[in-house]
Amino acid sequence: MCGIAGIIYRDGTHEVGRDMTRMLQSMKHRGPDSTGYALYRPHDHQLVMRYKLADANTPRDFEFSDRLDRHQHQVLQRLKSMGADIHDVEEQTEYAYRAAFTLPNGSLKELADRIEDIPDAEVLSLGHSLEIVKDLGDAEEVAEQYDLKGFTGTHAIGHVRMATESDVDISGAHPYWAYPFSDVAVVHNGQLTNYFQWKRRLERSGHRFQSECDSEIIAVYLAEKMSEGASLEDAMRDSLEELDGVFTYIAVTEDALGVCKDEMAAKPLVLYESEGVVALASEEIAIRAVIDHEISTHDPYEGEVLVWQR
Amino acid sequence: MAAVGESRVTYDARGLAEPFAEAPRTAEIEHGKATFDAKDLTTRQINLELRRLLYEEGVKDVIVLNPGSKHSLGVGILTRCRITFGGSLGYFGCGLIDGPEIHVTGRVGWSACENMMSGVVIVDGNAGSLTGAAIRGGDLVVKGKVGARTGIDQKGGTIVVLGDAGTMTGFMMQRGRQVICGNVGSGLGDSMYDGTIYVAGTVKSLGIDCVPGEWGETDTELIERKFQIYGLGDPPEFQKFVCGKKLYNYDNLEPSERKLVL
Repeated sequence: MCGIAGIIYRDGTHEVGRDMTRMLQSMKHRGPDSTGYALYRPHDHQLVMRYKLADANTPRDFEFSDRLDRHQHQVLQRLKSMGADIHDVEEQTEYAYRAAFTLPNGSLKELADRIEDIPDAEVLSLGHSLEIVKDLGDAEEVAEQYDLKGFTGTHAIGHVRMATESDVDISGAHPYWAYPFSDVAVVHNGQLTNYFQWKRRLERSGHRFQSECDSEIIAVYLAEKMSEGASLEDAMRDSLEELDGVFTYIAVTEDALGVCKDEMAAKPLVLYESEGVVALASEEIAIRAVIDHEISTHDPYEGEVLVWQR
Repeated sequence: MAAVGESRVTYDARGLAEPFAEAPRTAEIEHGKATFDAKDLTTRQINLELRRLLYEEGVKDVIVLNPGSKHSLGVGILTRCRITFGGSLGYFGCGLIDGPEIHVTGRVGWSACENMMSGVVIVDGNAGSLTGAAIRGGDLVVKGKVGARTGIDQKGGTIVVLGDAGTMTGFMMQRGRQVICGNVGSGLGDSMYDGTIYVAGTVKSLGIDCVPGEWGETDTELIERKFQIYGLGDPPEFQKFVCGKKLYNYDNLEPSERKLVL
């Protein structure tokens, strides 16, 4: 079933971490397996990389923590060898980390590839304003674990997952970063039926897939289109034709948030728009969890693509 | 061990079970009219309070304030009464009802009035998809726009929509009427068996086996009557759509079966 949510403020920064936690917690019944956030800070000259070196349910053998230490050491070494000037490294859980650094030159793809070359490493997000956090459990648990409630920014999307297509683990959880495109992320509610076709097609043009989850395709698909010069909106419009199955997905970039609904309108979405904020979610209760007054909402129609700039 | 008759929830990952909920008894009853605030109540508490008022207290007019888009409110009410929801409902609102006259001052989510048997539901705002799914009777009036698949599997009753409607409106409709005053999306009346759909706006495309119908006096009379009852002003001009009955071999026996029967 899954639940998706997005919020974008048009009047500066707000506590989007707290807002998204409320929205996702109120939709916990749509997906209790895992919760994910893609949060956007104001643009910064430094890059933030969120990565994990094991999954939440990786078996804890006797060498587990040694291995994590060793791999973490390798990550930092590789960052330095790429010329990165590391400002800050945080260990947020025993397996998930956040590193802030500046990279004077060098491509993000090369950096991500070199980090992911380390066994079990997965770059969850990489960008000047995007930070993706995902883990098992409900929104409150994840927000607590990763200390997200104080996160201020301009926009955010989130996802509560009821796993249908792949395993219950962090790799299968949304949002997906549009590797290797900085600051693009996607959450998806639905199932894609031409998943393998697109996976093969995109792998041939050099993209990597970290999970068996069909939704990862959308992020990479949009990234591919945008790297060819398409705008977010055009890429999303193309996806209506080129992706099969049922989907309502929200895609975000550094300064825009877009939503796309398939032509069968099989998955729900409720939209609230005001001058200062746009909030959208699979259920209206999620929007009401962050807007304190009586609101009027509507459902976008089938085949609609809507994009808002912050 | 659970004692006999004791209900025990052993698995509730989604956090929805409320096995020990009780009616909060917070309603104020005045001149046979009850009002309560649903703001801090859970779904079951709201429904239990509603049922207590209607069935135990015998109140026939209930106002529920601040329903806050919670799901499954006002379901399974099987008595004649008047209910007003001062706000919006979530998914599956007013489903499985038989008899009540319900007024929702906000909007409703997906599957509103699903399987309604009789009664009237007026929605001032918009509605989600699957509005009036499988309704068998009664009137459902939505003053805003509706989502996709309105009246899917409709088996009776009337659905009136003042705004636009989405794709597959009247999908697999079997009886009853739909009056759509706005534009409708693709696949109108796809695979319908019977029933009538009136559309005042544009139709993006007709579904399989849905064809324009011939306008009769009864059509004019029906629309005028419904507009008058609900105070919707002068009706616009409608086109009529019915089943082409080309796909319609639902109760025709196969030749071999016919032989068997004869």
